[in-house]
Amino acid sequence: MQPFIQFESVSKSFGSLAVIDSLDLTIHKGEFLSLLGPSGSGKTTILMMLAGFERPTRGTITLDGMRIDQLPPHRREMGVVFQNYALFPHMTVAENVAFPLEMKRLPRHEIARKVERALDMVRLGHLKNRRPSQLSGGQQQRVALTRALVFEPRVILMDEPLGALDKQLREHMQLEIRELHKRLGLTIVFVTHDQSEALTMSDRIAVFNAGKVEQIDSPHAIYDTPRTRFVAQFIGETNLIEADVVNVQNGHATIVLGADLAAKVRSGPELQAGQKALFSLRPERMRLGADPAGDNALDMTITDCIYHGDHMRVQLAKGNFTFTARCERLAGNWTVGTPVVVSFDPRDCTVLAP
Amino acid sequence: MFRTAQILFGVSVVIFLLMPIVAILPLAFTSSVFLTYPIEDYSLRWFVELATADAWRLSIMNSLIIGLGATLLSTILGTLASLGMRSKALPFANLLRTMFLLPMVVPAVVLGVGMQMLFVNLGLASTYPGVIVAHAVLCVPFVIVSVSASLQGIDPSVEKAASSLGASPVMVFRRVTFPLALPGVISGAVFAFATSLDEVVITLFVAGPNQRTLARQMFSSIRENISPTVVAAALLLIIGTLCLGGLAALLRWRQERSALKAVP
Repeated sequence: MQPFIQFESVSKSFGSLAVIDSLDLTIHKGEFLSLLGPSGSGKTTILMMLAGFERPTRGTITLDGMRIDQLPPHRREMGVVFQNYALFPHMTVAENVAFPLEMKRLPRHEIARKVERALDMVRLGHLKNRRPSQLSGGQQQRVALTRALVFEPRVILMDEPLGALDKQLREHMQLEIRELHKRLGLTIVFVTHDQSEALTMSDRIAVFNAGKVEQIDSPHAIYDTPRTRFVAQFIGETNLIEADVVNVQNGHATIVLGADLAAKVRSGPELQAGQKALFSLRPERMRLGADPAGDNALDMTITDCIYHGDHMRVQLAKGNFTFTARCERLAGNWTVGTPVVVSFDPRDCTVLAP
Repeated sequence: MFRTAQILFGVSVVIFLLMPIVAILPLAFTSSVFLTYPIEDYSLRWFVELATADAWRLSIMNSLIIGLGATLLSTILGTLASLGMRSKALPFANLLRTMFLLPMVVPAVVLGVGMQMLFVNLGLASTYPGVIVAHAVLCVPFVIVSVSASLQGIDPSVEKAASSLGASPVMVFRRVTFPLALPGVISGAVFAFATSLDEVVITLFVAGPNQRTLARQMFSSIRENISPTVVAAALLLIIGTLCLGGLAALLRWRQERSALKAVP
């Protein structure tokens, strides 16, 4: 895939406050890229610079080889969906959707045809004469989306568009947006602070922290092989432990987690015996059972069991060393205080530089 | 107990405010040439006088010309000022706002004297443009207050959305900002017109005999000969102002209702 949008050493500061620090970012044509990070990590600023509402303090942004960072918003051909939808309250649904087409000076009959087709696509045709204030949140969201899509912009930018919806509707809209993305081959840049939203929708995720990209990868890679401590902690849940590397050979390393518990992990070339390392293991990759399976089997004790409906969360300890495991159901009649063997696959462990 | 006291107090304040009007208005329908009770015979002769006497007819025409002129001028200037003060790039926006609102608090006599001196030098004294400008100065604050309030109610992301959808700044203003601010502009204009209609003090200083407005005419006819025509004119003014005020309230109510509904 050729680079479509490119940020080259882009920095942005508001007064003395640096929000983005020398960012390089490539977005491919037709991909769904999520910008994920806690609030204040600069992800919305990046979107605003793409849309043209903010200008970079330094650096360049190009779209399809053309520099766009100094262009005003109305000449960038980007459809923006705002968190609060930003529908025009004094226009009907149809007038809202027709607005970008009128700005393009399309002939009247063509506008009518496109508006009709676009509203039918999101099943809002019957509401076209309503005002935005007469629609539900989900319907407003679909109108905003339609309005941003209808003029065939080169990129769709979404700023936490699902933040104001309730959980069920949000999940439904996630699927709907994903489906539109696939069907129309859109390039979408999606800002969110909701990691599960980013994981389910994106082709790639860029994880932001304090104005810098921590990691940019497929959802799979972000979840399974986080490359920094921040990513490991921010995405999903993990057991993060400072450990000592004692032995490295044949692509595997033995590390001591604490309380005399040692684990075998997959090792890259960067690990050396005698080093400190950061060990990360997802709770759902652990198995509890008397029979050790896999290379790692640790003897621990159950200290707490929390019921979550579809799964259980089990707290394990040995000495002052603790783990959290997640199981679908408990195999035995285990109660607090039961000794148990914890096993996991070396391939499921991630070891990071501390 | 407390509730009863509240109601009693409220009612007495309203009575206190309304009594002077209630006391004098019926005299508009007297047939006598004196402003005295009891009214022996009812007639509409003073309204006929209002419509036929040259001095009164001219003053009504003047009030309309000057009122409409001042409303137009102050609405345009006040709206532009409100738009300008909304910009983040403008330094001292608050200082400017205070300046624009000063005519509300500066004594009219002071403004009147100042304007008279200025207008004599500019050749505007005793001319229609002079009186219109003078009234517009008084009206601008009302427009600014009303338009600023409705601009404040506009979600900035709506304007951003418009520009991202391909609208140039001029188009954003024409298609989004202005239509959304329109109720505020209209109610500002209504206030401006009502202000101009009531204005006497500054008119005394800057208007010549040819620009005698209705309010000014009432003022002088009270001093010269207290005829019931003044009361008839007052009744017209009150009814006109009430209608305009009602219109403004209606517009504001509609705007608030649509703003309330717009919250998702």
